[in-house]
Amino acid sequence: MSYLLRRLEFFAITLWAALTVNFLLPRLMPGSPAEAMLVRFHGRVSPQTVKAMEIALGVHSDQNIVQQYFEYLGNTFTGNLGVSLTFFPTSVAKVVMLALPWSLGLVGTATIIAFILGTLVGMLAAWRRGGIFDAILPPVLIIISAFPYFWIALFCLLLFSLTLNWFPLGFAYDLTSSINLSWDFIGQVVSHAFLPALTIVITSIGGWILTMRNTMITTLAEDYVKMARAKGLSPLRIMLQYAGRNAILPNLTGFAMSLGFVISGAILVEIVFNYPGLGFMLLQAVNGEDFALMQALFLLITVAVLVAVLIADVLTAWLDPRTREAT
Amino acid sequence: MIGTRPILEVKDLVVEYGSADGPVRAVDRVSLEVAPGEFLGIVGESGCGKSTLLFAIARLLSPPAEIVSGEVRFEGSDMVTLDEEELRAIRWRRYSVVMQSAMNALNPVLTIGAQLKDAILAHEEMSSRKLRARSQEVLRLVGIDPIHLDSFPHQLSGGMRQRSMIAMALVFEPELVIMDEPTSALDVVAQRSLMLQIKELQRKIGFAAIFVTHDMSLVSHFSDRLAVMYAGQVMEIGSTRKVFADPKHPYSVGLMASFPSIRGPLQPLTGIPGSPPDLAHPPGGCRFHPRCPRVMTQCRTIEPPFYERDDVQIRCLLYADGA
Repeated sequence: MSYLLRRLEFFAITLWAALTVNFLLPRLMPGSPAEAMLVRFHGRVSPQTVKAMEIALGVHSDQNIVQQYFEYLGNTFTGNLGVSLTFFPTSVAKVVMLALPWSLGLVGTATIIAFILGTLVGMLAAWRRGGIFDAILPPVLIIISAFPYFWIALFCLLLFSLTLNWFPLGFAYDLTSSINLSWDFIGQVVSHAFLPALTIVITSIGGWILTMRNTMITTLAEDYVKMARAKGLSPLRIMLQYAGRNAILPNLTGFAMSLGFVISGAILVEIVFNYPGLGFMLLQAVNGEDFALMQALFLLITVAVLVAVLIADVLTAWLDPRTREAT
Repeated sequence: MIGTRPILEVKDLVVEYGSADGPVRAVDRVSLEVAPGEFLGIVGESGCGKSTLLFAIARLLSPPAEIVSGEVRFEGSDMVTLDEEELRAIRWRRYSVVMQSAMNALNPVLTIGAQLKDAILAHEEMSSRKLRARSQEVLRLVGIDPIHLDSFPHQLSGGMRQRSMIAMALVFEPELVIMDEPTSALDVVAQRSLMLQIKELQRKIGFAAIFVTHDMSLVSHFSDRLAVMYAGQVMEIGSTRKVFADPKHPYSVGLMASFPSIRGPLQPLTGIPGSPPDLAHPPGGCRFHPRCPRVMTQCRTIEPPFYERDDVQIRCLLYADGA
């Protein structure tokens, strides 16, 4: 238990540090969001309007930095992340909440599938080291992983959408329907998500195969695996409970990190497939110099990585009894 | 105590490790027998092939090590020809293994109880109540509080880990227990108490044991028979008492002179000059000749067969034609 408490402590401290950096960075840059907005109106605005805009955008140039800092912390924790310039006057929180489920659903699921499949393939490849399975599958998938995301994505679109017409071209659902909870709509979501998910899975699976195969080979040489054979256990049990369970431990942190980057990591895929996720939104925020939205997205990415690492710590504690107690 | 028909007969066993520059012969034509209830000690320097021999007998070698030829007859069947499925049926039930370092030989992510349960359920259907009772019983047998069934290996001391591994090895009361330096990770006091316990359990349960060690003084008190290995070959084999009282092979003599005796006059330790040969290119003739203090010209060319003296087998030309 004290292990988890310590991890929570660490989580709180890093979260605070991330928030602070996120606060300081934009203030180190010249200009303000209001000035950025002024440029859009070609400067033909009165000082009163500038003041009004500053207030609307949450910039209080008359406050000192400490006051601003505490107001920022308060606003962040209450979900008041400001107003988006790109989608003016919608609040940033609302904009992000619209895109978040799509990214989580698509990239999250695809990353989990890639990790599970990659780990299983790596485990089997190491178990039958030198066999046909080991000789063919890992090298092929690792080579495919070296291809760029967008190239695979374009190739999938060309083959499965344009030529074979098996899957829709882009977006998260048919543009003619609205979001609802019918089977028809869920079917649409799945068929729209299939190609982008496939792209993510085949480009990231190679890494998981490689790391799992390597740690598994090291683990298979351990005495407790030999001991398990001596005990006459079934090969499946030896592979899963004795070798696999120990081999997977070092990979969990890497998995957590990649889960954390789910939010930012699939920008290219989301752009190619026109998928309304956070990556696509980040691109729009950058193009529109939408600082509030960018800041919120960066914060979200940081928090997501931190939460994911925390989850990995919990998983590790569950799988590895040695980490459970403080020593 | 020692029966007439051996339960284990090893005949001309050869084990090689594949390597880039040709096979390395780690075990070279080793033959030995173990009678029911007998305690056979195997001693030798590090790298003499004693652990490889043990794992070959237990059929636990993994590549690049491989049994090239020879027989391992255990209770009538030749273990060398059994496939993995057939081996699984007799493993742990008929013979079990205790490894060198219990820290590495116990799965760090499973409790002692879970690992014991795995071993039991691999061979026998058992209700969970009976299983629990049986597990508690074997832990008590080695003097560990059954509360530790729920402990993970890292929560136990080295001695407790080693004893719980022995408990695991005895759960089916096998005919043969193969032990690879079971005490080497422990301090001298713990070593002795563990050995006494193994000996007592052996008396109680009646299993035969093969026991590999580099610790001559340890094995001298506990084994019935002793095999001295050098460079993959057995150099001398006979009753422990006789080998100890009057070691015949110059290598055995050297080994005996390498550790101090607690009683008796103070003598300088001599040891054996030189180091064991490279098994990829063993010396011709007798393998010990480059280090042998009593080397003769024919030792360089003739590989000695076994000669018998006083019920002890010695692979040394000094004992040829009754010299």
